[in-house]
Amino acid sequence: MDSNIKRELILDNFNYPNNKGLTNDPSYIKKSDKNPSCIDHFDIELKLEDGVVKDIRFDGEACAIATSSLSIAIHRFIGKSKEEVLNIIDNYKKMVNEEEYDKTILEDLLAFDEIWKQESRKTCATLGINIIEDILNNN
Amino acid sequence: MHREDFNLLNTDIIYFDNGATSLKPKAVIDSILKYYEEYPMNAHRGDYKLSLLTSNLYEETRVKVKDFINANKKEEIVFTSGSTESLNMIINGYFKDKLSSNDEVILSKSEHASLILPFMELGVKIKYANLDEDYKLTLDNISKEVTPNTKVIGLSHISNVIGDKRDIKSIIEFAHKNNILVVVDAAQSLGHTLVDVQDMDIDFLAGSAHKMCGPMGVGILYAKEELMREIKPVYTGGGVTVSFNEDEIVYKDIPYNLESGTRNVPGVIAFSKAIDLINLIGVNNIEEYITDLKKYLINKLSKLDNLEILNSNVEGSTIIFNVKGVFAQDTSLYLDKKNICVRSGDHCDKMLHEVTGVKNTVRVSLYFYNTIEECDKLIEALNNPNILEESLGI
Repeated sequence: MDSNIKRELILDNFNYPNNKGLTNDPSYIKKSDKNPSCIDHFDIELKLEDGVVKDIRFDGEACAIATSSLSIAIHRFIGKSKEEVLNIIDNYKKMVNEEEYDKTILEDLLAFDEIWKQESRKTCATLGINIIEDILNNN
Repeated sequence: MHREDFNLLNTDIIYFDNGATSLKPKAVIDSILKYYEEYPMNAHRGDYKLSLLTSNLYEETRVKVKDFINANKKEEIVFTSGSTESLNMIINGYFKDKLSSNDEVILSKSEHASLILPFMELGVKIKYANLDEDYKLTLDNISKEVTPNTKVIGLSHISNVIGDKRDIKSIIEFAHKNNILVVVDAAQSLGHTLVDVQDMDIDFLAGSAHKMCGPMGVGILYAKEELMREIKPVYTGGGVTVSFNEDEIVYKDIPYNLESGTRNVPGVIAFSKAIDLINLIGVNNIEEYITDLKKYLINKLSKLDNLEILNSNVEGSTIIFNVKGVFAQDTSLYLDKKNICVRSGDHCDKMLHEVTGVKNTVRVSLYFYNTIEECDKLIEALNNPNILEESLGI
């Protein structure tokens, strides 16, 4: 992916993130987490029905990489089965950690394919996605 | 000033995070090396020459601290690991047994977590004095919270985010007229402005060596002698007792009853070198220099349309701001790419945003080795419409 497109995707998703704002609907599974080394934090709601991710909402304050990675992931995950989402997350985290990964399934999440070069940004790029992974692994 | 004492300043690093910790001069680093190479003994333990030498150097720092803050006696100085431990020892060792659930403590929402949290854990009633329109804490606003149940006022001498210097002398004079004790968190003021515990009539004070060019892991607890004698050891163990048996513990006299276990001996000894440097420059000269530097920086930064500065009207060494539309952490990462070190976040003041309405900020905090030229580089870096984009590193 071209660097200009990556920057455009990231800035667009930071300034106008997908699904920001919580529903407080009890049918959603809720989980919050914060980055211990910085100030990013997210509250996430996820609706899982018959093994399919029907909706994800979030709120919180975080940097451009944390917010945009979560926003892009939300767009990528909704409508997918739990197994599909966990597979995407597995490959995304491999990418962030500079391991071999399947490029064909990440789509816009490839905007972060060089984030491993910035050690301090790796936790930003995985904060929201780790929360979603934790929800899916426990439900 | 004195940039030649700091090796890191020979690189292209610009260090503006002095509120978190200061740089360490060569004399401090050399002192630590010398300790480990020549007399790496515990203090107050052995009867051999090297151990006595170590003990004497350790005690020399105590006398130097006493003189630095103008305490009456060296027994009024206890070495701790830092301001946080000092405050916990004051609050849990003294106030825990003195306060009942009806008693009230006055703090403010611009205090550091290390002052607020130990009082919260006591379960006493805490009243938060309002800050004024510039987010400063004033005697007038403190006095409005006083009731017959008020027993303690806790406040930093210089606040760690807003950077306002409180009128400690007047506040304490008022407090004592109302039979209220005062705990002063001097973490940001020692080495930045004159602290005279006798002139200010301070009851309890906490400070950290590492924010005034000293080593990490060394702090001071000051209390007036009669109050120090009433602080119970929060930690007990080696080195603090004369004797104990199944029925009785006989503690040593102050300050040794409060210095349990092995202290940071090389740190305490090296702290002396930091005090020497501050004394050599003169704390009043440091304050004047930093005040002028902040004025210069505020004046220039105020002209940048993309910045929102929260404490323009406050003298001191900190400037807190945000770049419009840019998360604070992204600004600090952008500046880091230009080797400019600043802090972003809530700076351990987790309630201040309730007053300012801004949760996270970028903090620039100055010290005597910062220069106009470094300020100009910061201004140049911030005078950029593409900070967010450039912060991404992509």
